[in-house]
Amino acid sequence: MLRFLLGRLAVLVPTFLGVSLIAFSFIRLLPGDPVMLMSGERAMSPERHAQVMHDLGLDRPFYIQYFDYLGSILQGDLGTSIVTKRPVFDDFLSLFPATLELSLCAIILAICLGIPAGMLAAVKRGTWLDQSVMGVALVGYSMPIFWWGLLLIIFFSGYLGWTPVSGRISLMYFFPPVTGFMLIDSLLSGQEGAFRSALTYLILPTVVLATIPLAVIARQTRSAMLEVLGEDYVRTARAKGLSPFRVIGVHALRNAMIPVITTIGLQVGVLLAGAILTETIFSWPGIGKWMVDAVFKRDYAVVQGGLLLIAAIIMLVNLLVDLTYGLVNPRIRH
Amino acid sequence: MSLLQIENLVVEFQTASGPFRAVDGVSLKVDPGEVLAIVGESGSGKSVAMLAAMGLLPWTAKVTADRLEFDGRDMLAMSDRDRRRVVGKEIAMIFQEPIASLNPCFTVGFQIEEVLRIHTGLDRRARRIRALELFEQVGIPAAEERLGHYPHQMSGGQCQRVMIACALACNPKLLIADEPTTALDVTIQKQILDLLVELQAEHGMGLIMITHDMGVVAETADRVIVQYKGRKIEEADVLTLFENPKNAYTRALLSALPENAVGGRLPTISELLSDEQIFAGAPR
Amino acid sequence: MSTVTTQTGHPSALAEFWYYFSRNKGAVIGLAVFLLVLFVAVFAPLVAPHGPTEQLRDKLLLPPAWMEGGEASYLLGTDAVGRDILSRLIYGSRFSLFIGLVVVTLSVISGVLIGLVAGYFRGRVDTFIMRIMDIILAFPSLLLALVLVAVLGPGLLNAMIAISLVNQPHFVRLTRAAVMAEKSKDYVVGSRVAGAGTFRLMFLTILPNCLAPLIVQATLAFSAAILDAAALGFLGMGAQPPTPEWGTMLAEAREFIQRAWWVVTFPGLAILVTVLAINLMGDGLRDALDPKLKRS
Repeated sequence: MLRFLLGRLAVLVPTFLGVSLIAFSFIRLLPGDPVMLMSGERAMSPERHAQVMHDLGLDRPFYIQYFDYLGSILQGDLGTSIVTKRPVFDDFLSLFPATLELSLCAIILAICLGIPAGMLAAVKRGTWLDQSVMGVALVGYSMPIFWWGLLLIIFFSGYLGWTPVSGRISLMYFFPPVTGFMLIDSLLSGQEGAFRSALTYLILPTVVLATIPLAVIARQTRSAMLEVLGEDYVRTARAKGLSPFRVIGVHALRNAMIPVITTIGLQVGVLLAGAILTETIFSWPGIGKWMVDAVFKRDYAVVQGGLLLIAAIIMLVNLLVDLTYGLVNPRIRH
Repeated sequence: MSLLQIENLVVEFQTASGPFRAVDGVSLKVDPGEVLAIVGESGSGKSVAMLAAMGLLPWTAKVTADRLEFDGRDMLAMSDRDRRRVVGKEIAMIFQEPIASLNPCFTVGFQIEEVLRIHTGLDRRARRIRALELFEQVGIPAAEERLGHYPHQMSGGQCQRVMIACALACNPKLLIADEPTTALDVTIQKQILDLLVELQAEHGMGLIMITHDMGVVAETADRVIVQYKGRKIEEADVLTLFENPKNAYTRALLSALPENAVGGRLPTISELLSDEQIFAGAPR
Repeated sequence: MSTVTTQTGHPSALAEFWYYFSRNKGAVIGLAVFLLVLFVAVFAPLVAPHGPTEQLRDKLLLPPAWMEGGEASYLLGTDAVGRDILSRLIYGSRFSLFIGLVVVTLSVISGVLIGLVAGYFRGRVDTFIMRIMDIILAFPSLLLALVLVAVLGPGLLNAMIAISLVNQPHFVRLTRAAVMAEKSKDYVVGSRVAGAGTFRLMFLTILPNCLAPLIVQATLAFSAAILDAAALGFLGMGAQPPTPEWGTMLAEAREFIQRAWWVVTFPGLAILVTVLAINLMGDGLRDALDPKLKRS
């Protein structure tokens, strides 16, 4: 197990270096003058330009600049946003909980609906139930989620007037962030109706973001389950006189979960890509919207730092998934 | 009274190319303490008949019988819930591939104690004690440690011993062994067979031994049924069968024992006999 | 157990493929819809009732024909500057299919070449290539495409290049795995013993036997490319207005979301139906090409 972990870490280090190199070179590939891009200043005198060039260390060789950059990111310094004038890492920390809250809700929804739906389809293989579940899953898998979000807004916010269109909580409520999770903070604030308000703001973005992972998890669960249900040990479990509930829900499910967990881990990338669109549609103040705004405002320190941080999150989650994989699969653990 | 009594059992599967009849009018009975061997080549429906008796076939299978009784109770009319109280407790079954038949995600201890948990009122401590006792009975050394192992950490023979321990957990009246030694090494085969026969005698349970190996039959059985293409073609006690086989197919099977081999290769039975010749002497 | 019916004359591979493909009803429906979209795209100028950029100042935000105030010649209504939505959708299908085609071609060619090299030569080359693929896969595809387009400049061509780049590691991985599985098989060893050169082994001996998973992945990449391109268009980094690209149309329609639902609904529906049709075909292809499923 330890060896397995060390092996994974050994692959992670060069990948992270590569990611940092890409994020670093990105700003140098941009058309235009890096000094102006990085300082955000325009119309500089040649002396001032040289001064800034020197201040930013841009007059030194490429590889030295890269090692400097590497050194500073290891100390948590990712540069300063030209829009907010705050350190990129601070901005990230204040926005990330919003994305985390949304993504967690979405993945929980996707797991809680996707796994039972896939199991049901597998157990009722070939029936109309199976066909309709898989039909809906394929529609979800093919869904342009930015349009799906707009449709839900038209119907639930516009036509029915049930849910708000944008933001995280009604302007009526204000309290300082404690955990950064609006659902928890609203409860902690003790203000009446705050939690309910946060929930209504959260519901549509969660549904939109959960759509594709839900479809993928349902499809994967079904195929894994079908494979497992044909195994000898399922027949043994039935020969023991176990109830169908226990045969499917314990013996078959535990084995079917092994590939499904890998799939769930891969959804992190899908979620963060989806967050870019979902947060844009619902004006959700998270890192997805932050990145899109940075791209449009040419806030390159943010784009550079955001790329690095998001890639780091994905790599970290993949590592965690590998560890969980070892936990659920005894053949790897021993 | 017979322990298991089956009359005119028919099992059909719905397939893409129409219904397929896997078991065609088989009748048999087993008495308490008796060892019955069911012999036939693969595809002769011998396992399917037993799975049908236990209600373990998938829903695509259609099972009918004039009579299907275990210990005086009608297994076909029984509700699923009632049947599950019998299966695993009073009738137990072990299978051909011991490693694949154990769940790779759970320890073997869990898999044995699970049977005790659903069929007996034993508490956690009592279950553990019983599991240890069972492991000793089936000849697994270092039982305490072994209970915490996963199937992939054990050999095929060890896994089959675990399966036997699972099956014996509630002292069943009938044990069905479906080709229990086929997937094992020759030396292990002998050990497992000896163990089964010994345990059968010790507990006085009925044993149905499904096999294609006449050697296994000779070593274990009291009575033998020969099955071919889903039909019973001969039934006799073991001595009569070996000394005076009535059916041409049985004779061919017996001559397929390695001792009777002449030359380099044994002829296949379908090369020697037609279905008409085989079914001509079959009892219904 | 089952009897094999021997036919006189082996059925052609294509006939056999069609037999398995056509058993999947969804796949056949998908194929029909896809052919319809293809037809509409090819003959857009003949099919479309109006020009895609033709503006009618007196017919702004006209509702669909079946609604009050709609006009029969503007079946799906008009947008905020008086352009016929149906005609724009018809012309838009050209962009979506073209994007899918270009992205799949680019990512398949580059992915298969790189994957072949990695799987065939193994060793350091392989490690190096796979690390680079890991790096690309460490980013969410849409984010990487977005940033790449920001570097290259917004536009359809750059969007296609960016999407190809983020799609291509899947083909590399798939090809590499397939090549590694095939390489040690007897027919390849036999061919090498018979004196076949590296290129012959790679392209003529091994590659044709790895095609099935690649074809399935290519269909998936086709639909993913359409979705990604539309997403980039929606974010304003793909095709630029007034191009009638579906995602771009949605971006323009966003501000009318409360007033004119049809401007928002139909472009998205067009994306969904096209992508769904291709994915249905993909499922059918997988069933028809997967020998493991075929035998059962």
